[in-house]
Amino acid sequence: MSRYPLTMLLDGAAQGLPLVLDEPLSFWGGLDPHTGEVIDRRHPQSGEIVTGKMLFLPTGRGSSSASSILMEAVHDESAPAAMIMAEADGILALGAIVAREVYGRSLPVGVLSQDDYAAVVQGMNTDSMIVIEDDWLTIH
Amino acid sequence: MFLYLTDKDEAMLAGEYGRAQQAAMRILTQMGKIFGARRLIDIESAHIDGCLYHGESGIHFAQMLVDGGAKTVVPTTLNVGAIDLIHPEHFQGSAEHGAKATELMNLYQQMGCLPIWTCAPYQTTQRPELGQQIMWAESNAIVFANSVLGARTNRYGDYIDICGAITGRAPEYGLHLTDNRRGQVVYHLQNIPETLLAEDVLYPVIGYLIGSQSGNKIPVITGLPKTVTEDQLKALGAAAASSGAVALFHAVGVTPEAKTLEASLQGQPAEKEVAVNINDLRNLLGHLSTVPDGDIHVVALGSPHFSLDEFEQLLPLVRQHPPQVEFIVCTHRLVLAGLQKRGWLEELKSLRVTVVVDTCVVVTPIVKASAGGTLMTNSGKFAHYTPGNIGFDVIFGSLQECVRSGAAGRVWRDKELWA
Repeated sequence: MSRYPLTMLLDGAAQGLPLVLDEPLSFWGGLDPHTGEVIDRRHPQSGEIVTGKMLFLPTGRGSSSASSILMEAVHDESAPAAMIMAEADGILALGAIVAREVYGRSLPVGVLSQDDYAAVVQGMNTDSMIVIEDDWLTIH
Repeated sequence: MFLYLTDKDEAMLAGEYGRAQQAAMRILTQMGKIFGARRLIDIESAHIDGCLYHGESGIHFAQMLVDGGAKTVVPTTLNVGAIDLIHPEHFQGSAEHGAKATELMNLYQQMGCLPIWTCAPYQTTQRPELGQQIMWAESNAIVFANSVLGARTNRYGDYIDICGAITGRAPEYGLHLTDNRRGQVVYHLQNIPETLLAEDVLYPVIGYLIGSQSGNKIPVITGLPKTVTEDQLKALGAAAASSGAVALFHAVGVTPEAKTLEASLQGQPAEKEVAVNINDLRNLLGHLSTVPDGDIHVVALGSPHFSLDEFEQLLPLVRQHPPQVEFIVCTHRLVLAGLQKRGWLEELKSLRVTVVVDTCVVVTPIVKASAGGTLMTNSGKFAHYTPGNIGFDVIFGSLQECVRSGAAGRVWRDKELWA
């Protein structure tokens, strides 16, 4: 079990299996909010489903409509359980903040240091249980 | 970092001004902390992008604010919606989609936003001034307000825009602060022929180039002529904000924060200097079209929304070369009124030019031709978004090339233009 400190953009607790996006993803045009599928066909994780996953992504990308898409995914219950980034993305954090205002559902968003992000992504498997609690990320 | 709040900010946060302002203030303060703002500042206007329908959650959010008593406290304009409310027959989507999109547009009007429904609010009566703090959404409006007018906004977007409008406050970070408006990457236009510098078609190409090369840095352009028009700067900025994340550019001797190169750099050295010659621009032209010149099925103009000046250029061209394929021009209601007053609207209709207001062809189903065809445009922004958003291939060209191609049903080129 290893633990890493998180800077939370939106606090909360979550756990689940990880999905790592190898490149930043533009949610607008890149994520189907109804199914949770990565639909950017140029993206390495094209076809993967983010729903319920602890989603690791370097950062967001592109349009400010990303916040709308994330919120629509929360509404359709296809959103990830939490998002963990190596670089803060305000637009995605905004989508999660507004989703909590409207639906009362928490989607924690945390940032790891670049070194810790690399170590975490290296040090886990697809069946590792990832837990976020009290500003700490734990790999079980 | 500590976010300082005034007594009034605290009172809004505590719910003393109603539930809508409380929710808005919660969102603004959380975003302020994420971006390291030290305090909130007053804004003088807002421009809202959240009125474009992406799904039901947008309605839920707007309804929550309306139910909570939301009213705008600063002049607030609305960007395009998904429906031309004056000519709803243009909408080609399902009745249910149309009804929901209209419901969302109505909710924003109920909050007191001005229903001008345009991505070019700066060419209406709502024109911010040099140094004014504003909260604007819509990428091309942001870049125009910052660069050409010298007003100050970050790249705001859906949801936070209306939070600013109903509280009159914005987190102070990024482009609200003078230091962060310093130019970083300098593009020197070199040996561009005088004749080409006068052509509108050059400007989206320059914009697309600096947008794709600047990342999150602020570009500075040298070598633009003093005679550059507002519509040319509009096209440049819109293209730069499509191919990249440009929210502010400086053009030396042209834009208000760039009287000189030194001024645009705030006296510091450039982080990078790039020479741009005619070959670089010709190469980029290739990226703006997705298929080789051939048959076209629709011509779409007006992103950002066409101005009266642009219609004045269009009219003699379509008189001479009336369209034989679907021909759509997107604009806003003030320009529509101007067209009516001059008798131009009737003439355009008789020439089979469709004038669309309140929305545009890449954000909602309007084009009648079936997807998979080819759309021609003089807009860098349409060229960027058409393939992904509405499934057409795209050909980029000058206004004259678009009109003459529309009359022929296949691409016509002005051989002298890029010679």
